[in-house]
Amino acid sequence: MSTYQEYLKGEREQTWRAELRKMTPNKERTTIERVKMPELDPQIRIHYQDREVNLGLTAEQAVLEARRCLDCPTPTCIEGCPVSINIPKFVKNIERGEFLEAAKTLKETSALPAVCGRVCPQEKQCEAQCFYTQKMKKTPVAIGYLERFAADYERESGRMSVPEVAAPNGIKVAAIGSGPASLSFAGDMIKLGYDVTVFEALHEIGGVLKYGIPEFRLPNKIVDVELTNLEKMGVKFERNFIVGKTASFDDLKAEGFAAFFVASGAGLPRFMNIPGENYNGILSSNEYLTRVNLMNAASDAFDTPVLRGKNVAVIGGGNTAMDSVRTAKRLGAERAMIIYRRSRDEMPARVEEVHHAEEEGIEFINLTNPVEYFANERGRVNRMRVQRMELGEPDASGRRSPRVIEGSEYDIDVDLVVVAVGVSPNPLIPSALKELKVSRWGTIEVDKESMQSSVPELFAGGDIVRGGATVILAMGDGRRAAAGMHRYLTGDQTSNH
Amino acid sequence: MNQIVEKTWFSDKVAKIVVEAPRIARSRKPGHFVILRVDEQGERIPLTITDSDPEKGTITLVVQVMGVSSAKLCSMNPGDKILDLVGPLGQATHIYPAGTVLACGGGVGVAPMLPIVEGFKKAGCRVISILAARTKELIILEEEIRRWSDEVIIMTDDGSYGRQGLITAGAEEVIQREKVDACIAIGPAVMMKFTAQLTKKYNIPTQASLNAIMVDGTGMCGACRVTVGGQTKFTCVDGPEFDAHQVDFDELILRLGGYRDEEKHASDCKCNSHHS
Repeated sequence: MSTYQEYLKGEREQTWRAELRKMTPNKERTTIERVKMPELDPQIRIHYQDREVNLGLTAEQAVLEARRCLDCPTPTCIEGCPVSINIPKFVKNIERGEFLEAAKTLKETSALPAVCGRVCPQEKQCEAQCFYTQKMKKTPVAIGYLERFAADYERESGRMSVPEVAAPNGIKVAAIGSGPASLSFAGDMIKLGYDVTVFEALHEIGGVLKYGIPEFRLPNKIVDVELTNLEKMGVKFERNFIVGKTASFDDLKAEGFAAFFVASGAGLPRFMNIPGENYNGILSSNEYLTRVNLMNAASDAFDTPVLRGKNVAVIGGGNTAMDSVRTAKRLGAERAMIIYRRSRDEMPARVEEVHHAEEEGIEFINLTNPVEYFANERGRVNRMRVQRMELGEPDASGRRSPRVIEGSEYDIDVDLVVVAVGVSPNPLIPSALKELKVSRWGTIEVDKESMQSSVPELFAGGDIVRGGATVILAMGDGRRAAAGMHRYLTGDQTSNH
Repeated sequence: MNQIVEKTWFSDKVAKIVVEAPRIARSRKPGHFVILRVDEQGERIPLTITDSDPEKGTITLVVQVMGVSSAKLCSMNPGDKILDLVGPLGQATHIYPAGTVLACGGGVGVAPMLPIVEGFKKAGCRVISILAARTKELIILEEEIRRWSDEVIIMTDDGSYGRQGLITAGAEEVIQREKVDACIAIGPAVMMKFTAQLTKKYNIPTQASLNAIMVDGTGMCGACRVTVGGQTKFTCVDGPEFDAHQVDFDELILRLGGYRDEEKHASDCKCNSHHS
């Protein structure tokens, strides 16, 4: 039995947990219906860019939902969590009304619980591994909702706990980029006693959490609270700093940095390279969302402009596409459309996001792909030509690959098009370090366990390694890299590579 | 950090601003730019670095008042701090012993041209610079350019200074007079377009520094995309300088106007103020 399993077992055998299990028989627990997340009415929320859709559980709802959890002897849910949160422990703390203890449990392994409780695809992770899902074919315990509840409760209580950190060891390490991978890495390293600096190219800390995910899904003030928490633990943040440009790796080594964690993200938006794609009014989801989320372009008080459209088409079927199309709706689009080349079943977006989009009146034009854009005399897009698709055999991703239906082209009137068909790794770091090994897609190659790259003092994780993934997978990378770097810096180099 | 240490007006719309930025002052090269944000409400605006003093830890920027953001920046005074300043960004100019270099700068485009002219001169080139503007008071940095040029030709639209005429007229005369090995063109998009057409006729390799709209400046948003040789490039990370003969200037000009209707209350990103 590993030490981690022993730890979990020890925690589970605590008197309060054992008594809680006895208090309610499993039979009774399993008859409770899964809680429904209270939501803001779609007709109201489509007018507000900054009002959250999910309103969060009440304390009563949370306690009842927590009671559903059977506190399994072998909690498979934890295996589904990329940052290994002790899920039964935090859930049972909610059940017994110790909400602050629940929050503390989350922070043992997660630097961003209030964020994860909102944006993690729990249905594919912890909740997919829940006993209810696996063995009973029932809806799983709403772990994500409960995580959000505990984190929100703690924040609103004004009694935020700051995780304990080891005595400073005087070793300087850097995280490059300030998105979820870096923040998770920084949280773990500061706990181990390192002197951690996070370098960010933009003027705000948070990476995709700030520029990408809209306020109606993840308010910036929630992110800020988690950042303040890291700051209180001792993490330093350097904004407006591009490692490799503002200062080189050698400069930073000369300033005492012993190792680096690169989590610079999947910077470059992909386009489709079809005729007319550079007309005005056609932009990447990164640009659209950055203008609105980071630069507050939708507000008159801010100087950055954003294009508004009556007929807005968003190309793609992922979470970023959903964020973009729902943003367009909130900025006044009469017709806000998703154009996706496969069918609803293959959409990579979370089911919840698609569902919310539908409630908000988003049109889904599936099995359809743009082939050309047309513009008015001033170069502003006014029409797009699309073609219909059908599904063929499954491709490498396991999804059925779309095939063109010949002669099926037709035109749609549009005045704004947001292209959300994925991103490529940001080349800034690889181009600054010639000896760094990168794949032919431009992602940094690392050892999967330690996240160490071909340059020994350089570790990497998140989208710059994965090429485009989720917040929580990035956070898992950050944790593994922290462990890997710690082993490397403490001399146990045999465990890497 | 980011404190303004000096401000000089070149004309009633164009100011030179010297800012404390020690790291950028050390690491910048000709062709690099910075992105800055004046205050919490401000836009991120790109500005090419005109000069730097690594010992004093300062960089020099030249700004033309175009919209809200550039006006805000120009209204700042020594002692004020720019909220955010990041750089150096973009690819540095490829400077090499080219032989005879013809440097064509239009309006505030002369500002980013200055370090390039200096670079080519130091690389042993013969440098002929042409400074062009609408009228006399808009000719900037003449003295600094003279320092690094073998010859300087001034052209104004109204003939109020130097010779009357467009920059292309001055350039063609030089090309017909002597062998020109390379050309750089920096200024308003339309000026670069016609300069490129001219040098293409004579087969002279030409670099243009593009003033595309940008938001982040690190390759993330794609607002600055431009067609070069039939391929889409990002001005911020692939440029800002490109082979002028391959650039689709008509597309660039249309894209520069992409936010014109939205700029009634907010300012323009297109300013990249040194350029147009």
